[in-house]
Amino acid sequence: MLIGKPPEIPSSEITPQSLYLNRRRFLRRAASGAVAAGAAALGAGHIAEILSPSVSVLAATKLETVKSPLTTTGEQLTSFEDVTHYNNFYEFGVDKDQPAKNAGILPVRPWTVRVDGLVKQPKTFDIEDLLKLHPLEDRVYRHRCVEAWSMVIPWVGYSLSEFIRQCDPLPSAKYIQFLSYYDKKIEKWGAQTYISWPYSEGLRMDEAMNPLTLLTFGLYGEVLPNQNGAPLRIVVPWKYGFKSAKSIVAVRFLDKQPPTTWNDQASREYGFYSNVNPNVDHPRWSQKVERRIGQPFYSQRRTTLMFNGYGDQVASLYSGMDLKKYF
Amino acid sequence: MKKSILIVLKIIVWLVCLWPLAWLLWGAVTNNLGADPTATITFATGLATLRILTVSLAITPLRRLSPRLNWLIKFRRLLGLFAFFYASLHLLTYIALYAGFDVNAMAADIAKRRYITVGVAAWLLLLPLAATSTNWAIRKLGGKRWNRLHKLVYAAAVCGVIHYWWQVKPGVRTPLTITVVLAVLLIARPIQTWLQHRRPRLA
Repeated sequence: MLIGKPPEIPSSEITPQSLYLNRRRFLRRAASGAVAAGAAALGAGHIAEILSPSVSVLAATKLETVKSPLTTTGEQLTSFEDVTHYNNFYEFGVDKDQPAKNAGILPVRPWTVRVDGLVKQPKTFDIEDLLKLHPLEDRVYRHRCVEAWSMVIPWVGYSLSEFIRQCDPLPSAKYIQFLSYYDKKIEKWGAQTYISWPYSEGLRMDEAMNPLTLLTFGLYGEVLPNQNGAPLRIVVPWKYGFKSAKSIVAVRFLDKQPPTTWNDQASREYGFYSNVNPNVDHPRWSQKVERRIGQPFYSQRRTTLMFNGYGDQVASLYSGMDLKKYF
Repeated sequence: MKKSILIVLKIIVWLVCLWPLAWLLWGAVTNNLGADPTATITFATGLATLRILTVSLAITPLRRLSPRLNWLIKFRRLLGLFAFFYASLHLLTYIALYAGFDVNAMAADIAKRRYITVGVAAWLLLLPLAATSTNWAIRKLGGKRWNRLHKLVYAAAVCGVIHYWWQVKPGVRTPLTITVVLAVLLIARPIQTWLQHRRPRLA
């Protein structure tokens, strides 16, 4: 046969992104002479000090997880390499390979999430506390981008509803808004677009409370690589990927539909709901089919499923709604 | 121009024009076409079409600069046919990998999506040019009529560039370079004609 099979590398053999980034950082520091000079002048203690941060990060990259009945079965996982090197994260560049190259500088620690709006009491959560709020679950989800490509990703996290309960929203809260980290000095690529930052996304409360909606901390059993939205993001598997905001710093409870980034950019092309729907085309392309990332070219194409195949769990949220109007 | 030099140049043109295809085939065999191979193939064949077509459109203005560049005409048909070859691969990529040979899906796309409409139009404009590229066809049509028919290449090139612009996301400017080059080559023609008409009077 002419066409080669994709290499089958077990995920356990793939060096985690954070690990090799740390290795590089260490090598860079070594190359800059800090270690060489330090070793001579100050002895081994200094080297240990430089080494220890990367060792502690190393220990923290693995996440302890439990199984979940909400995981998707019967799908071949997209490789760690593709999941982490084919990204839309415009704050770090508009090309798919740019986030993996540029997002290393995202300061993921310390990290807090501010909760305000229609809540009993505004609060700030620390990432370390959020990681311990509920057992982390392995959740494989199909991921369908509005650009008509798709992946299958083993996320790590827990239902967003667990977090919302800790926020004490008022009964008047009908919507939830997520705001992503933005610092124009760090994410200088953001200025190359016409988008007004920070990235904003939102859900209706009943969508946010659906157990499938995942507050996500990791993928492939490890902490999220920066380009995938570290240190925490949401994942809404029945909606187009852009609804799943990355690197969240603020959560706001509202009584009105919040403004959302892509809807602001082009409301005709990107609706607030943006449920995966093969019957509502994007004005520029069909949404009936999708290309599975990482497959050979002759077997990429597959039919897009209504609600990305999660209709059993979520279709009832939209009963009676005209999904062609509320796309 | 010496025959041996011409042969060497022809071989070079063949190799350069086959390079995108070789690159794609090598990528397919080694499973190295990136995370989204369909998109890679589409982009590579489309870009090759536009680039080769643009080079073929540079030949006439260049020849008119000096009679010593007349030999360039020997490469025009080759380049034109290579452009058509890549345009056909590009169309085939769409038919097979995007539309999955679904005739209804293709009809809907052509009717609804303007970038596909204009892309298909560009290919249809190139088709009669490729079909009449033989010496026999030129003789049969007569030089004048053949020349008039082959003016369609300008429309095809313009459609191709529009197809490219309608493809990219709003705000992306990657098609700018090829657009400027093509615009210069198209504008050069009436300017050169105008200058040639003036020259005898000035002399």
